[in-house]
Amino acid sequence: MTTCFNEMFDDGAVRAPYARLEDWTRSLPAGLRHMKQAEAEALFRRIGITFAVYGEGGDPDRLIPFDMFPRVFTANEWARLDRGIRQRARALNAFLVDVYGRGEIIRAGKIPAHLVYRNAAFEKAVVGIVPPKGVYSHIVGIDIVRTGRDEFFVLEDNCRTPSGVSYMLENREIMMRMFPDLFRENRIEPVDSYPALLRRTLASVAPLKCEGEPTVVLLTPGHFNSAYYEHSFLADMMGVELVEGQDLFVEGEFVWMRTTEGPRRVDVIYRRIDDAFIDPLCFRPDSMLGIAGLMDVYRSGGVNICSCPGAGVADDKAVYTFVPEMIRFYLGEEPILNNVPTWQCALQDDLKYVLAHLGDLVVKEVHGSGGYGMLVGPKSTADQIERFRARIEENPAKYIAQPTLALSATPTFVEDGIAPRHVDLRPYCLVGDRIELVPGGLTRVALTEGSLVVNSSQGGGVKDTWVLAE
Amino acid sequence: MILTVEHVTRYAYDAPVRGLVQSHRLTPSDSEGQRVLDWDVSVSDGIRGGRFRDGAGDVVESWSVTGPVLAVEVRVTGRVETSDCAGVLRGHRETIPTACYLRDTPLTWADSALRNLAAQAQGMEPLQAAHHLSGVVSKAIAWTPGATQSQTTAAEALERRQGVCQDHAHALIAAARDAGIPARYVSGYLLAGGVQDAAHAWAELHVPGLGWIGFDAANGCCPDARYIRLASGLDAQDAAPIRGSARGGGGEVLDVTVAVSQSQQ
Repeated sequence: MTTCFNEMFDDGAVRAPYARLEDWTRSLPAGLRHMKQAEAEALFRRIGITFAVYGEGGDPDRLIPFDMFPRVFTANEWARLDRGIRQRARALNAFLVDVYGRGEIIRAGKIPAHLVYRNAAFEKAVVGIVPPKGVYSHIVGIDIVRTGRDEFFVLEDNCRTPSGVSYMLENREIMMRMFPDLFRENRIEPVDSYPALLRRTLASVAPLKCEGEPTVVLLTPGHFNSAYYEHSFLADMMGVELVEGQDLFVEGEFVWMRTTEGPRRVDVIYRRIDDAFIDPLCFRPDSMLGIAGLMDVYRSGGVNICSCPGAGVADDKAVYTFVPEMIRFYLGEEPILNNVPTWQCALQDDLKYVLAHLGDLVVKEVHGSGGYGMLVGPKSTADQIERFRARIEENPAKYIAQPTLALSATPTFVEDGIAPRHVDLRPYCLVGDRIELVPGGLTRVALTEGSLVVNSSQGGGVKDTWVLAE
Repeated sequence: MILTVEHVTRYAYDAPVRGLVQSHRLTPSDSEGQRVLDWDVSVSDGIRGGRFRDGAGDVVESWSVTGPVLAVEVRVTGRVETSDCAGVLRGHRETIPTACYLRDTPLTWADSALRNLAAQAQGMEPLQAAHHLSGVVSKAIAWTPGATQSQTTAAEALERRQGVCQDHAHALIAAARDAGIPARYVSGYLLAGGVQDAAHAWAELHVPGLGWIGFDAANGCCPDARYIRLASGLDAQDAAPIRGSARGGGGEVLDVTVAVSQSQQ
């Protein structure tokens, strides 16, 4: 691994945004630190914030490790990220309205038709639909990595149901409870308006047939889902009902919720269920999680579904390559945040390059998520690389590859003190009648020394993320 | 030709159902080959839901029934004026890009036998290839009611060499897509005389310059004035005229009668 950018120490000196944190760490001897760490863990347990890892079995109530050392951005750094994220969220939504409409970007030859129309995430059932306010993806989670003082890259976009925002809120809450002095000494932008902004965003995209104050619900697949804690947390914070498929039904032109006072009409559904399971009459007929007839109500303007079915075609890893093109095409602007250079194994020349440089690259499945099914070349054995090579050769179109980036590192509490660990950032951009972005996001940290995989399902942890006020 | 349709679907349940929701594509759209004179869909005790035209140009209408009920009847009656367009679908308004119909589904996945079949069309012009594949599928699968079920895949039907119109359509669609020709499943009615126990189905293949062309491999022909087109999709499930779901209740017994007759002007 080449040297990476350290967000606290640059050229041996402490960078300004971290200055006060240096004093803080000096005032925190190992004994006190261990006590605080135990206190933080007890708080997380008491709140009940846990994360079950897909496909790993074991303790379903495992905590995501929380690192107390905050990650800090200056007001200037954030201003640029903020503009870049909003720009991207606008372009992704313009793309979705376009590809389910006239497909101008494809007619203009900017994106190959097959990448969109033959994509498993392209839902032909919603062709021709322009959702309320022209928004398909209402919560856009954009994964960003840093490689230098001014170098930020977007790693991927999440336009369907990005998770993790409850950690952003809880991490802050717990830090404020444990270290109130830190928040007096530093001027840190608050993030606690997120639930109210989310609620506002959802209400702003009420469907055509809704009159008056819209009724919003959060639809969860149920308590066995790994993000169930977040579903109940967000519903609670927003003051909306948390429902499962069986709590809703379709009658006439509308969707209704069973309540003790009788059925109540539902206008906006913030769903945390995949498209495939949302309506057995339109998608998978064997789904037990969805609501029969929901899509007909949606398509005739009786309810809105957030994010809208079909939004996934914009965050596919093969489509990702074209986001800078979307920004130029729809907004007439240059991208503020850059993509990571990406090789498409579906293309003959790219494939040849990828197979010849497997040891240096990160290879991912086009439809994969959660850090599963990927190869980190420099961290893999010759045997692992050869096995992965066979998988790529079998179905090249399933894979993309990117250079191994020297992800920035921030100081992190480890067993014997403080050490740099690699981090990424996922801010949550809200898109409704206007675009909202709270200053901050979820910082994920690879706790293992040298590791570049920050996914919580692969042993990553989380940190509080600060944006300093001017 | 003026065709009169009477299509009745009856659902009977062992135990009362609490409620029922259906999504219908039971109303034909106007195109050059067909003009709807009158048409009516009714559902016993049903509440009419949203109605719209989808991206495929098909009329979608949803219905719900508030239980408890032991039986539900869906009755379709109407008259359509048809003409022979040699199978070519003209004047049908739709917006779904044809490339979408190159995607396979579990029911239309091409195994090696279907891929071999598709390879026979190699080097042919698309129109010639479409006719050729339809002819090959016609010969490969003998019309045998009861040999297959609704969940039988194209590959299974071809292996059995027996099936009904659904299987012919699936096999032709699978082979066509493998040969790079966009293909879709079409459900509709056929003037066949007497009372049938199911509606009809065929395939449409997309040929540049001509557009969508119907191929009824089960009958070895292209749709003509005897056909009424209802709806299309990637496969039988996706193009089903009725998709429904009941809450509660036990087993369901389904009874379908379809009568298509030619009426005097």
